[in-house]
Amino acid sequence: MTGEEFVPLSLTPMLIGMFAAVACALPGNFLVLRRQALIGDAISHVVLPGIVVAFLVTGAVSAWPMMIGAAGASVVAVALIEAIRRLGKIEPGAAMGVTFTAMFAAGVLLLEQSDTSTVHLDVEHALYGNLESLIWLDADGWGSLVDPVALAGLPEELIRITLTLIVVCAFVWLFWRPLKLSTFDEGFAQTLGMRTGVLGLALVIVAAIAAVAAFDAVGSIIVIAMFICPPAAARLMTNRLEVQIAWSVVFALVSAIAGYVIAGFGPMWIGADNAVSAAGMIATVSGILLAITAVFGPCRTRSGAPVE
Amino acid sequence: MTLELAANQGSAPVTDTVDQSPLAVRGMTVSYGQKPVVFSVDMTIVQGSMTAIIGPNGAGKSTLLKAALGIVKPLAGQSMVYGAPLRGQRQKIAYVPQRASVDWDFPTRVIDVVLMGLYRELGLLRRIKARHIEKARACLERVGMSDFADRQIGQLSGGQQQRVFLARALAQGAELYLLDEPFAGVDAATEKAIIDVLKGLKAEGKTVVAVHHDLATVTEYFDRVFMINTRKIAEGSVAEAYTRENLDMTYGGRLATGQIDQLDLIAS
Repeated sequence: MTGEEFVPLSLTPMLIGMFAAVACALPGNFLVLRRQALIGDAISHVVLPGIVVAFLVTGAVSAWPMMIGAAGASVVAVALIEAIRRLGKIEPGAAMGVTFTAMFAAGVLLLEQSDTSTVHLDVEHALYGNLESLIWLDADGWGSLVDPVALAGLPEELIRITLTLIVVCAFVWLFWRPLKLSTFDEGFAQTLGMRTGVLGLALVIVAAIAAVAAFDAVGSIIVIAMFICPPAAARLMTNRLEVQIAWSVVFALVSAIAGYVIAGFGPMWIGADNAVSAAGMIATVSGILLAITAVFGPCRTRSGAPVE
Repeated sequence: MTLELAANQGSAPVTDTVDQSPLAVRGMTVSYGQKPVVFSVDMTIVQGSMTAIIGPNGAGKSTLLKAALGIVKPLAGQSMVYGAPLRGQRQKIAYVPQRASVDWDFPTRVIDVVLMGLYRELGLLRRIKARHIEKARACLERVGMSDFADRQIGQLSGGQQQRVFLARALAQGAELYLLDEPFAGVDAATEKAIIDVLKGLKAEGKTVVAVHHDLATVTEYFDRVFMINTRKIAEGSVAEAYTRENLDMTYGGRLATGQIDQLDLIAS
């Protein structure tokens, strides 16, 4: 493939996929270690109706209304969970399950019932993302990367996910020690005066921002694979958190690149005509990486036993 | 009467001893549900002492410690550290949680755990320098774990894990050391190593408080006891407070007479 084809058609979707994967994998490391990995799943379910309502109100798929809609939906979710838990006198897990599923269903229903034909927001895109369509039509080759006119036409989604990735990286870098300490030993962290509750909430919010931003790239369901698979696979490669983070970034990038390429060209290699969903293939590759590390990873056994 | 009201009425007036005490707890009441786990407890730790907090399972020993440290939010009560509120005095306290309270499969090395004790010094972003590593290694040396610095923490035995936790507390360079069951499930060598370190701290003029389970070693290891069963039962020097009568009250007759007879009770 030449630059003339690659830059306009494949470069931006690949970058968006890569950035989205890394933006989810970084907070995912801490969520997995805190046994909160499914919070990513919960977020992705809950924010869908918020995003749809934001779209219906503004009539456009743009960043700020989507973020506000997602945040609003999260507040509604928390209120609903509390209400169900108190009124129904049932355990929080059940209240959450009901709320997440109901809100996701409401999001899908809203999408189906509303006219979204003019933009890239329909059920399929909400579920699987629309990575392939995030192309850069103003580009005509590698030279466009330094051409201000062409750069002005970069897809908005790329800018959005880049900013998100910067926010995620800044958060993890700045709060590295408190995150590590409070994930390992929350009680001890509190005796140092650390506000572990606030920090845990901040982590969830950063994860939510990543999930909403990755909505464009991989949709609201497959994003869960991005939160869990690369960090979980990375954990099986090392016994040091610093190295685990590095591995998770590598796995996220490999998943995004390989997933995109295989989705686009894989069917051709086996003689089929059509490409398959890039987001689906990215999740598949990350799942395969997790399976491989689960079988061959060097640190996959519980080390518990004393070594003398 | 609500629990809060009862707790407030039960709290004793703050006395003069609070000013000198490394840790003075007043009217502490904690509840996880309807029933209080700790009820209106006053505790005054004596400077330079080694105090054992003893009581049956579920008597609120750990909870009292956690509430005093602000880890658990009490319904009522306060704790003063060297005569001032906890908030500004945290640097004077080192806490050793129960070993089982953390996930030892967490991906980190022994030396990294000890370096966590230097968090106040390092802050968010300050670089870890050679002197920090040296300090952490010296703390590992004190608990006899210097050969394990680069081990993954999951590879340690229970006793070794406990020593690493103690090394982390030493790295904090505190005045007051609060330990939650430091001898639970450790081997004899570790128990000896830990008690030697704690006695060393006392010799330096530091204050040590430990939740303790083994009644047989109280008189040997500690000079003061605090006996609790939701409410405070007794507090004082081992010689005056560690009596058969107080043990009976604390354990509600659950200790067989034979067990008590085996204890080396000074005052019985």
